Amino acid sequence: MLHIAHVSKAFARGGPVLADVDLTVERGESVAIVGASGCGKSTLLRIIAGLEPPSRGTVTVAGEEIRTPHPMVGMIFQEPRLLPWLTVAENIAFGITSLPGSERTARVQEALDLIGLVEHASKWPRELSGGQSQRVAIARALVARPSVILLDEPFSALDAVTRADLQRHMRALGRRMHLTLVIVTHDLEEALILGDRVAIMQPNPGRIAKIVTVPGDGDTDLARRELASSFAHLSGARNAAVLEGARVEYALTS
Amino acid sequence: MSDVVGHSPALTAVQRAAPRFSLRDIAVPLLLPLALGLIWEGAVSGGFAEGRLMPAPSTIIATLGELAKSGELEVHVLATTSRVAVGFLLGSIAGVLVGAITGHFAMSRRVLDPTLQALRAIPSIAWVPLFILWLGIFEASKIALIAVGVFFPVYLGVMGAIASVDRKLVEVGRIFRLNSLQLVSRILLPAVLPASVVALRGGLGLGWMFVVAAEFMGAAEGLGYLLIDGQQTGRPDLIIAAIVVFALLGKASDALLAAAAKPFLRWQDSYQKN
Ligand SMILES: Nc1ncnc2c1ncn2[C@@H]1O[C@H](COP(=O)(O)OP(=O)(O)OP(=O)(O)O)[C@@H](O)[C@H]1O
Ligand SMILES: [Mg+2]
Repeated sequence: MLHIAHVSKAFARGGPVLADVDLTVERGESVAIVGASGCGKSTLLRIIAGLEPPSRGTVTVAGEEIRTPHPMVGMIFQEPRLLPWLTVAENIAFGITSLPGSERTARVQEALDLIGLVEHASKWPRELSGGQSQRVAIARALVARPSVILLDEPFSALDAVTRADLQRHMRALGRRMHLTLVIVTHDLEEALILGDRVAIMQPNPGRIAKIVTVPGDGDTDLARRELASSFAHLSGARNAAVLEGARVEYALTS
Repeated sequence: MSDVVGHSPALTAVQRAAPRFSLRDIAVPLLLPLALGLIWEGAVSGGFAEGRLMPAPSTIIATLGELAKSGELEVHVLATTSRVAVGFLLGSIAGVLVGAITGHFAMSRRVLDPTLQALRAIPSIAWVPLFILWLGIFEASKIALIAVGVFFPVYLGVMGAIASVDRKLVEVGRIFRLNSLQLVSRILLPAVLPASVVALRGGLGLGWMFVVAAEFMGAAEGLGYLLIDGQQTGRPDLIIAAIVVFALLGKASDALLAAAAKPFLRWQDSYQKN
């Protein structure tokens, strides 16, 4: 579904940010990308989204090369990025205004239902909590019916309970709608929850150093251990401690 | 979406949106001027104050009544208002255009802004002799002066608004593949509207200030003319009557502008209420 081949990136100012990144994501699969801050995760995602051109290499979605944003690819950012002058319902409809009114209304209605914000439809964004805003951003991406959704640390600004809630929600939505997901996160537990596979990126210049497969329905302990040791090895011992912390938090919340 | 709006929590936003005019909104601001007027009126009629240099409110109202009856008031108000209107229109169109260009293109900002800032630093009254030489003593020079006064706050406000549009929101537009026209109408314009309205209101205020200077340049009609006339004929009631009309017109035009913009700014204004 999504094919990243030999993608490199160097900005006009500064050295190489990405070097020869290869990654293939199957239809309906979910890949989490983890890595140290500044290793190029957001840059890679922005290249896949068509917001930023690669210096070298290609990204294709369903066989079509991505040069500018593609209708089959949606994106959810770290911040909700709702338009403050539109209501919740209007924000959700932002990307589908070319559809006939009845179809648009139906899709917005369905999305409001899905994210549990029906009674907030005519509120302004500033009247929403952080978690509600991010739900609206998710709905806005979903109503355009993309096949691929890119998420850049979508839940990192939320409290632990809301985050766990939205993680479960997103995983369920992804499965139900057979979405292809690429999720950037700095939270290894989140990567384990949302990813079928977890790609670990290494900095200077950014590249995918290792991919860990998360077993479908059972025991993630093995994957967690493998991820932890790889991550510790690749990005220094400090992060192993972070993972230990995340693990304790996970044990407490699940 | 009608069933969505049917739910009561959703209704609150709709209700909030409806314009509300309560007696309190109108009465409270009038309290202070009315009280001061009454005190002064009492002081003059009770013989505690002379009222020759500062006539009692009743005298001023009588003067206004005479001016209105003779049709003079209408002539002066019309003359002044139309000068402000034309000057404001020209100045704000230029301000919006130049502000939009310099706000959007960093290069044009680097070229234009320093010069405009230098021009802005000139006390605008200093232009008067030049405008008279260039445009004559009639309407053109007056309107030019008002337009200059309006231009700068509008230019500054619009430029600042456009330059500070959140790049992240523009990216949302790009993700949904808006073309440049849609980007302008669906993201840039609504984003700069609040600051632009503030800038326009500031510009309009300056327009009312500059029209006085313009009419001091010599005019056969207008509220500024009335001020001069009152001074030369030793009639403080005429001067104060003109000042009161200025205050009313300035306030009314500002309220009109604010009301015109209000439907577009509902999303941001309700937190200021209590
Ligand atoms: N527009 C840009 N111009 C120049 N350099 C950039 C630009 N965007 C990103 N960079 C650089 O590219 C590198 C990778 O940035 P990126 O945002 O992709 O990192 P990241 O992995 O997402 O980090 P984080 O986890 O902190 O979000 C950084 O060194 C950054 O300074
Ligand atoms: Mg990032």
